[in-house]
Amino acid sequence: MEQFYVFLQQLINGVSLGSIYALIALGYTMVYGIIKLINFAHGDIYMMGAFIAYFSVSYFHLGFLSALLISMAACTVLGVLIERIAYKPLRGATRIAALITAIGMSFFLEYVMVFFVGAQSRAFPNVLPALRIEFFGGKVFITGKELLIYGVTLFLVVLLQFIVRKTKTGKAMRAVAFDREAAMLMGINIDYTISATFALGSALAGAAGVLVGIYYSAVNPLMGMTPGLKAFVAAVLGGIGIIPGAALGGMLMGLIETFVIAYGQSTYRDAVAFAILILILLVKPSGILGTNVREKV
Amino acid sequence: MNMRKVLAALLVMTFVFGLLAGCGNSSGAGGNAGGTAGGGEGDTILLGVNFELSGGLAAYGQSKINGLKIALDEINAAGGVLGKQIVLKEYDNKGDNAEAVNISTRLMGEDKVIAMMGPVTSGRVMASVDVAKQFQVPMVTGTGTSAGITVNEDGSVNDFVYRICFIDPYQGTLAANYAADTLAVKTAAMLVNQSDDYSIYMAEAFKKTFEEKGGQIVESSTFMEGDLDFKAALTKIKSSGAELIFCPNYYEPDALIAKQAQELGYDGYLLGGDGWDNLDHLIKTAGADALQKAFFINHYFPGDTTEKNQNFVKKYTELHTDTPPSFAALGYDLMYFVADAIERAGTTDPVEINKAMAATTNFEGVTGSFAMGENHDPIKSAMVIGYTADGQYKLVDKVQ
Repeated sequence: MEQFYVFLQQLINGVSLGSIYALIALGYTMVYGIIKLINFAHGDIYMMGAFIAYFSVSYFHLGFLSALLISMAACTVLGVLIERIAYKPLRGATRIAALITAIGMSFFLEYVMVFFVGAQSRAFPNVLPALRIEFFGGKVFITGKELLIYGVTLFLVVLLQFIVRKTKTGKAMRAVAFDREAAMLMGINIDYTISATFALGSALAGAAGVLVGIYYSAVNPLMGMTPGLKAFVAAVLGGIGIIPGAALGGMLMGLIETFVIAYGQSTYRDAVAFAILILILLVKPSGILGTNVREKV
Repeated sequence: MNMRKVLAALLVMTFVFGLLAGCGNSSGAGGNAGGTAGGGEGDTILLGVNFELSGGLAAYGQSKINGLKIALDEINAAGGVLGKQIVLKEYDNKGDNAEAVNISTRLMGEDKVIAMMGPVTSGRVMASVDVAKQFQVPMVTGTGTSAGITVNEDGSVNDFVYRICFIDPYQGTLAANYAADTLAVKTAAMLVNQSDDYSIYMAEAFKKTFEEKGGQIVESSTFMEGDLDFKAALTKIKSSGAELIFCPNYYEPDALIAKQAQELGYDGYLLGGDGWDNLDHLIKTAGADALQKAFFINHYFPGDTTEKNQNFVKKYTELHTDTPPSFAALGYDLMYFVADAIERAGTTDPVEINKAMAATTNFEGVTGSFAMGENHDPIKSAMVIGYTADGQYKLVDKVQ
């Protein structure tokens, strides 16, 4: 029975980690779905989101909600700017050129932040009241921070799904993703639609950054590297370009990592996680929720 | 085609610069070998200082020389050694290996010092080791912690080369002693950064000593640089029943571990090495509450109440605005260690001083007391530091 409680506790740990990956993965998947660009700067927008929240809380003493909204707004602007300055001029160029630009943008954001704030990690002030809900006589518990992460992630995934499925902008996004030229001929403003995609994706990354800052109470300029990469993998795992797929992939990544540490060897955490990824992709190359699209020749 | 030319040009340039750099090194080391030093003649004793006083490592060198000079003034005011005043010949190696070698050569070959203090950081010390052996002049570092300074890979000990600080893995041994003897825990877990040698070697030393003392490592978990999430590992450790978690890492992961351990309701001890030494970061990230059962091993504690240390802290704070950092304290002890060895040798002959250094049995300094081990590493006591409820350091114990 004791082992079962430990299992439940690890499940809670895994879902928290997975929610964070899922939030970042959503942005990757949206941008990829629409302009077929792997936006490597995405993990760094997440980092910027965490820093903006850090400054709003530490220096302007704002509460959680205002810090979250400010970060999301600032990341939206940043994401749109990056798209306009770095990616738009290359829209007609080869995909590899755009990819390299994205990697360059990622390093640019990282080291600009290192220059201004230093590479050391900073402590994120505690903005939430300590809350702890216990089950089974305290053997298993969940903290307020974890509940917050679950709640915000779930809300944002549903909201995103709503925007993409039910709004006009969402419809335009899907149209552009399906066939850019045809969409253009139908009078859809491509530039606006792509900007909107970046705006949405970046806002989600910003939110993830704030949540991570609060959850781990630490922010640093290189914090986006590893989670960014893992979230990208999560997006591929779920089926890149598919929104529920990114959420599912992120959740799976978090759970796999947690359970490898819990019931296997922590040293092989990433090796096992990636081996499972390779296995899944061997069986289903388009990802878990992906549909095999026949190449149009 | 063009690309190839550029590549070829680059290769040639790399090669030429490599050669030039090689020349710079070898021309520096070619001084006069052997010969007795003349630093002890007349009324003064000449000692060399080869420190990182400018460049990226300057903060360490400056701190250390501040401490060293306080000791120098005290020794000279008390009549010097062997009845002679000590005079320092100071050079700045700028944190550069080649420069450190040149300075060692100049100090030992031309200035004829009878002993050299420095360099401050491991890389520079390693570079100077051969010079000391060549000129047969003892060289002592106060702060070079790399194991390879005193002992070569084949196990042979570098004669004429000493240090007065403990090496990194030794902290693991001390931590295990403290855990097993003082905290009296029987089971421990380790949470180790596997991308850092500092952590790996310290963990190995801890495990070895702790098991020798009858303890049991019930869980050993690793993580990578940059990891933020330790909850899975900590949940596992908690369920293993370990009474203590050994965290031989730098302060960033340690702060997260302390915080997440508290959130998970882990109520055992946390123990680490000098990588923990960043009070501000630990308190801000983890909070004092999470650190009430956390301790770490360190070289020095400014609040130590020994008379020797009180005197040092008083003099240091009269001259400087901060409380003395570990480097200043080790600089202070370094000066006293060299003076003590010369006094015991009874002569200014570097070879005799070398013998006296190796034979040190109970040196008392502000960073603890030690005997010189056969590897020329001190067998030294260390401070065990904990946290008060309002988030300040406190000296918990000294461990041998």
